[in-house]
This record gives sequence, structure tokens and C-alpha cells, in this order.
Amino acid sequence: MGVRIDGVGIHPFGRFEGTTNTDMGVHAVRAALAEAGDPQFQAAFCGTAYGGVASGHKVLGAIARTGMPIVDVEAGCASGGAALQLAAGAIRAGQYDCVLVFGIEKMPKGIIRSSFFEPWREQGGLAATPAYFALRAQRLLREAGLTKQHLAEVVVKNRRNGVHNPNAMFRSEVTAEEVLASRLVCEPLHLWMLCSPNEGAAAIVLRRGDGGVQLAAARLRSHLPGSVLGEATPLSGIDDTAITPPSTLAAHDAFAEAGIGPDDIDIVECQDTDAARELLAYQELELCAPGEQAKMLAEPRVVVNPSGGLLAKGEPLGASALGQVVELVHQVRGEAGARQVAGARVGLAHTIGRGANACCVIVTR
Amino acid sequence: MNAIHDGLFEVAGDGTITLVGGYSPTSGQFHFPLLDTCPYSGARDVERVLLSRDGTLWAWTAVTAAPPGYEGAVPYGFGVVELSREQLRVITRLREADPSRLTFGQPMTLVADELPGGVVTWAFA
Repeated sequence: MGVRIDGVGIHPFGRFEGTTNTDMGVHAVRAALAEAGDPQFQAAFCGTAYGGVASGHKVLGAIARTGMPIVDVEAGCASGGAALQLAAGAIRAGQYDCVLVFGIEKMPKGIIRSSFFEPWREQGGLAATPAYFALRAQRLLREAGLTKQHLAEVVVKNRRNGVHNPNAMFRSEVTAEEVLASRLVCEPLHLWMLCSPNEGAAAIVLRRGDGGVQLAAARLRSHLPGSVLGEATPLSGIDDTAITPPSTLAAHDAFAEAGIGPDDIDIVECQDTDAARELLAYQELELCAPGEQAKMLAEPRVVVNPSGGLLAKGEPLGASALGQVVELVHQVRGEAGARQVAGARVGLAHTIGRGANACCVIVTR
Repeated sequence: MNAIHDGLFEVAGDGTITLVGGYSPTSGQFHFPLLDTCPYSGARDVERVLLSRDGTLWAWTAVTAAPPGYEGAVPYGFGVVELSREQLRVITRLREADPSRLTFGQPMTLVADELPGGVVTWAFA
């Protein structure tokens, strides 16, 4: 027996002054429950990184749907994916028939301040998150024969896709020239090549059952030692090229669970925290061979980030991974409107972030 | 000297600093800063070692806006230096804040770097 996705809901990603985390969660949860026929779910898992104590409970309390176990899950950018894995596992194990999964977030503005870094690292200027992205981007450009122009092209593509996404934060097209003229944050990354931390919520109702839209896999992998630029050990490393990235490990797990391979994927929602991160994901998820990113960008074998990705949507950590899954569900149902990818039946969602938490989710129809 | 954190580096009489790392004989791995457990293998046989003061530049950028908790000058150089003897890659501040003046594999030397309030940290130049 499979795990079926019976309903999805999303609160737009953006900045919403005066709207609380709970408000956004209620919006997404109500929509997902309505699609699923208002089922009696037996457990709830809520992804959030900055929400604080019992934030998931506040959402379900606001709609008088408490009483079952509610677990808030933190796994950095992959929090929502981690919540999904726990829910799917509980259903597959026979513990529950129907589980609600949702994610909520109101991110602080500016560079993310993370309790991950000790105070002395902050004081020494070593907690500069975009600088780590920049170092990784520089290495990728060198190793894959890419240029800043390729980074700009990723932004152009995703912002173009985002035009048709009513839930995206940025819904205007940009040109490569504009991207390259935006403020330099950390060479080679310019401001428009970086996604914006923001606010939003997403929700999914899972039920034991075959048919419909299936959650074929949801797999999390986390921190490995030694990767100096992976989202892992931030200050020490031996040889990051010898270490399999957590994203690849999560993808292997997800492909094995779903019984498919990279060639079977029609659409991908991947972690474009910065433009180079998307290009790195191409090889980590084995959508192309290492170094073939330019070719993949010019002649894509699969559609990547049809939603506009995080570059258009922004990134509310706890909701981000589930927002990707909501997009995949809309796509495989054929309900994605102007951004519909023709014939999409198998979708892969990928998140990676702090703690080297990487999640891969596969949705099929 | 007002070091940014205890145990990161030693200071000689002439003000020269040397980074303090760890080495696990069973895993054969170096790490920095010094921990009591090898972060690669979990071995508890970590030996305190003084790390090479020279290395080569592996990656670099410049930070143009002050990140959270940082009160020093911007822009400042930021990168990864591969230490010559241990091949250990260390995330570090760089004296050079103009990325266009740096090249892959460029030789680098450890220096003390002063932050506001007379706080001393390490950098490579």
C-alpha cells in the first residue's frame, strides 16, 4: 500500500506585515484539509526553524484540531522535508492512516542569524552565510567551466518561471544584464543571485492508499564530517571532493525507495539558495554529469524549478520544502496553469541547508 | 593579547601566531579548531598539534556587508587556505579584501588580525 497525497495547501511566500506564523499556517492547513475532504488525521508534523516553542500546536489550536500527537520538526532548510519523511514513515509502518504535514515560517530580515555559529565566530566575521555560498560558487565555476553569465542565466530562467506563480514573491522577469548589475554581495554572487529569506506556509495531507498522486519517497540525510564548503563542518575539512554530498545520498535513498532513477524524472524543484547552488544540484542529483551544467542549462533534459524556485518565491525555511512538493503535486495533477509542464508525471524536490540536512522527495502520478 | 577565543592559536614573544589543531593517529586526520574527539572518526586519541603557518589559497571572496555579530571593517577578505604540511583546508579571514588581486594556489602566510576593541583573531595574507 502506498502513501497518497490527498490534499495540498499553500500560503503565498513573501513578506506579510501583521500576519502571524499561525495565520499563515491556518491558511495553508485549511486549504489542504479542504482538498482532502476534511479527514480525521491522527498525527501532525510541523516544520519550522524560527517559529519557537509549539508553533505547530498554535496553528492546530487556532482551528480546534488538536488532541492528536503534534511534533514540530527542525532540520534547517529541509525542515518540511524531514516532517514529510516522519509522516510517510509512520503511515508505511502502519501507525497512522492519515497524517497532516505542514510548514510555517516568518524569517528575520537580512542575513540569517543562526544559533549554529558560536559568538566568537560571529565576532570574527566567520558567520557570513552568503560568503560560504560564494566560496562554493567560485569552486563550482572553476571546476565546471562556468562563468557569472551562467549564474545570471539561472536567475533569468527562474524569475521567468515565477511570473506565472501567484504564490511567488517576485513575479517580474529580469535580464542577465540586470542580474549582473545588481549589488555585489560576495564575489561572484550578486544580490539577485541570492534567494530572499521570507515568510509563508504550506501543508500536505497524507493518507495510506494507492492511486492518485503518490508520495513515492521522502528521504533526509544529514551532516557528514569533512566537507569544508558543503553545508557541513564550517571550519575544518580534509578533502571535500572525496565526500559524497548529503544531497546525493538523499537522492540515492529516494530513488531506491521510489524504484526509479534520475532518467525517470520529468520536473525538479531544487534548492536554488543561490544561482550556483542550483547548478551544483544538477550534478548532485545526477541530472547531469559533473561539469555538464552549461549544457544542461542550454538544453534542459528536465524542467528545473518551474515554480520559479527560491529565487522567485523566497525561502521561508520551515515551509520551503513543502512548498516545492505543493508545486510538484499541482504539476503532476495538470493544475499548474500557465506554468504547467506538459506531461509531467514524476517530480523530484530537493532541499539542502544548515546541518547539511538534505531532503529528496519524489511525487508520482 | 586579547584573543577572540581561547585555544585557537598560540602567540610567540614577537607577536607571531600559530594555529592550534588536532590530529588523530587512528584516523590520520587533522582538524581545526582543536576538539577532544576526532570529528571524522569519533576517536578519542586526538593530539594537540601546532599547524603549518603557510599554505595555498583554495577559494576566496570578500564580504561587503557586516554579517550578524560582526563589528569590524567591511569589506574584508574571506576564504579557504590549504595548509602546506597537513593539507587541511581552513576557513579564514584574508588580509586582501579585493578578490581580483588573488589567484588560485597563491602562497599564503598566517598573520594576526586585529578587530575592534583590540580583539585579535587570525587571518592569512
